[in-house]
Amino acid sequence: MSRRWPPGIVLTVVAMLMIAVGVPQLVDEFGLLQLTVFGAMCILALSLGFVWGYGGILCFGQSAFFGLGAYAYAVAAINAGESTLAAVLAVVVPAVFAALLGYFMFYGRLSDVYLGVITLSVTLIFFNLMNSTAGDTYRIGKARLNGFNGMPSLPTLNVPGLPGRLLDPTETFYLVMAVLVIVYVGLHVLLASHFGRVVVAIRENEARCELLGYDVRLYKLLVFTIGGGIAGLAGCLFADWGAFVSPNVFSLTMTSQIIIWVIVGGLGTLVGPIIGCLIMQYLATTLGTQQLANTNLIFGIIFLAFVLLVPRGIVPSLLRLGAGAVGGARVRNSA
Amino acid sequence: MDLAVVLMLEILNGIATLVLISVGLAIIFGMMRVINLAHGEFLMLGGYAAIVATNHGVNIWVAMLVVAPLVVGVIGVIAERLIIRVLYGRMIDTLLATWGLSLFFIGIVTTIFGNTVAGIGAPLGSVGVGRYSISLYRLVLVGIAAAILVVIFVALRWTRLGLVARGTMENPNMAAALGVSPPRVYATTFGIGAALTGLAGGLLAPVSGVLPTVGAAYVAKAFITVISGGTAILAGTAAASTLFGSVNQMLTYFTTPVIGEAGLLAAAILLLRVLPHGITGKLFRGSL
Repeated sequence: MSRRWPPGIVLTVVAMLMIAVGVPQLVDEFGLLQLTVFGAMCILALSLGFVWGYGGILCFGQSAFFGLGAYAYAVAAINAGESTLAAVLAVVVPAVFAALLGYFMFYGRLSDVYLGVITLSVTLIFFNLMNSTAGDTYRIGKARLNGFNGMPSLPTLNVPGLPGRLLDPTETFYLVMAVLVIVYVGLHVLLASHFGRVVVAIRENEARCELLGYDVRLYKLLVFTIGGGIAGLAGCLFADWGAFVSPNVFSLTMTSQIIIWVIVGGLGTLVGPIIGCLIMQYLATTLGTQQLANTNLIFGIIFLAFVLLVPRGIVPSLLRLGAGAVGGARVRNSA
Repeated sequence: MDLAVVLMLEILNGIATLVLISVGLAIIFGMMRVINLAHGEFLMLGGYAAIVATNHGVNIWVAMLVVAPLVVGVIGVIAERLIIRVLYGRMIDTLLATWGLSLFFIGIVTTIFGNTVAGIGAPLGSVGVGRYSISLYRLVLVGIAAAILVVIFVALRWTRLGLVARGTMENPNMAAALGVSPPRVYATTFGIGAALTGLAGGLLAPVSGVLPTVGAAYVAKAFITVISGGTAILAGTAAASTLFGSVNQMLTYFTTPVIGEAGLLAAAILLLRVLPHGITGKLFRGSL
């Protein structure tokens, strides 16, 4: 990549910064809370967009890392009474778990589709496990896991080192937006590096990279671990947002939502999953307030429609249209 | 002694449940290389079909053994004709499309029946084993699971239908040249897989009850079993079910169901690390 940043990325970052600065002035507190959770979900969408869209790893268990991050934050925050260590653990625990799981999968050389099924199964088993942790026997230190009721009234994020100085909703929103921008830019920097180039090359042709002497298993493992850590970070922000975490973070609905965001937004871009996430989140909130049709039903139809009719997703399809109009510019990896 | 018998029966029952929930998936995946993520919802639909039929005065055995597989089989054929047929050869797209289908089914059933547990009482009552009593129906399930495996084996091995199906999966062009219509064979195979799944859903309805999202509870175990089983549909499913069923029930018995579930998963991941192509990728090669 040249020293100059591609215009697509600059544009996206500028848009995000404008939203971050402008929104708290424009919307009421409810809208702000809503946008905060949208932001956390966008980070989650980015993690899968990176792992699947660039790493070519079919991970259907991104919500396992998301949920682990949320639970790690919850348990650590309750035990420590403040959030600094908890926030770190929310990234480390899922990343370590991703590394372990990834070791078994990549070093066992499981193919794509098996990866998808295994990661999905892991998530669902987490869901079942967490659902059955009701009662006093299941506690970690001071934190009761509470089974399907979830863990309520978690300590919210505080300024690192100052347990009494909690973040107010506006500050939390700034934090989420900052994390989103950092993750977005960070992933682009990573993808522009030698490491990122190899990762994309592996997605394009695994055998050729292997023959060129790259340890494909290790690269995939690293991508998977990074993706797990980012998802965990999103989980931490999500748990902080609601001061609540329940096994639903591992549920099939959650898992399918993440996949739908990426499918709708488009594989192989980073802005695609963010846009997909915003559209679907908005839709889910709107659908949730009406009684006409079940949310799952609508999501199922959208999912099917995209796979059958717009398999590339919104952003790549639009880019392709635009590129066709100006004469076939190179579009991939530019957003 | 009584305890040992009861524990044995529990293990057998665990194995039979795994066989039931995964055999339809094994057929669809093993024969067609289609990963059907709506598998759990096929089980759920089978359960609802049996319950609705029973509540409308149909004999419970007829409801479970005839109505459930018929309904789900027809739904399977329709899904194959409308969606899956378009995506043959695109494994990942098929997988995603069936995922959409699964959400769709959950949504529809929630709209019709509401998000509550429905159930029917298990027939047959129980028998005493020394100081313990066990449900006779669960014993019958073990028998049915074994019977299903035998019937599929016989059908694949010795009937013309089985031969045509195996031939088409092996080489569709050659089969077409010999006068077989591959699309029809695919539709039939998918339909049979779906019907077996519906049968399993119907049979399990009295044991575990049904709610719209119950599929999620089954689908993970079913996939783990089928993938760990490997290429041979029957031998693989039977072997993996035996292994995981035993691990799950033993751990459940000596600790808690939670540890049992986690143990099943851990066993599967370890197994796939050692045998990436599943049990029948290395052992029992060439079996069905």
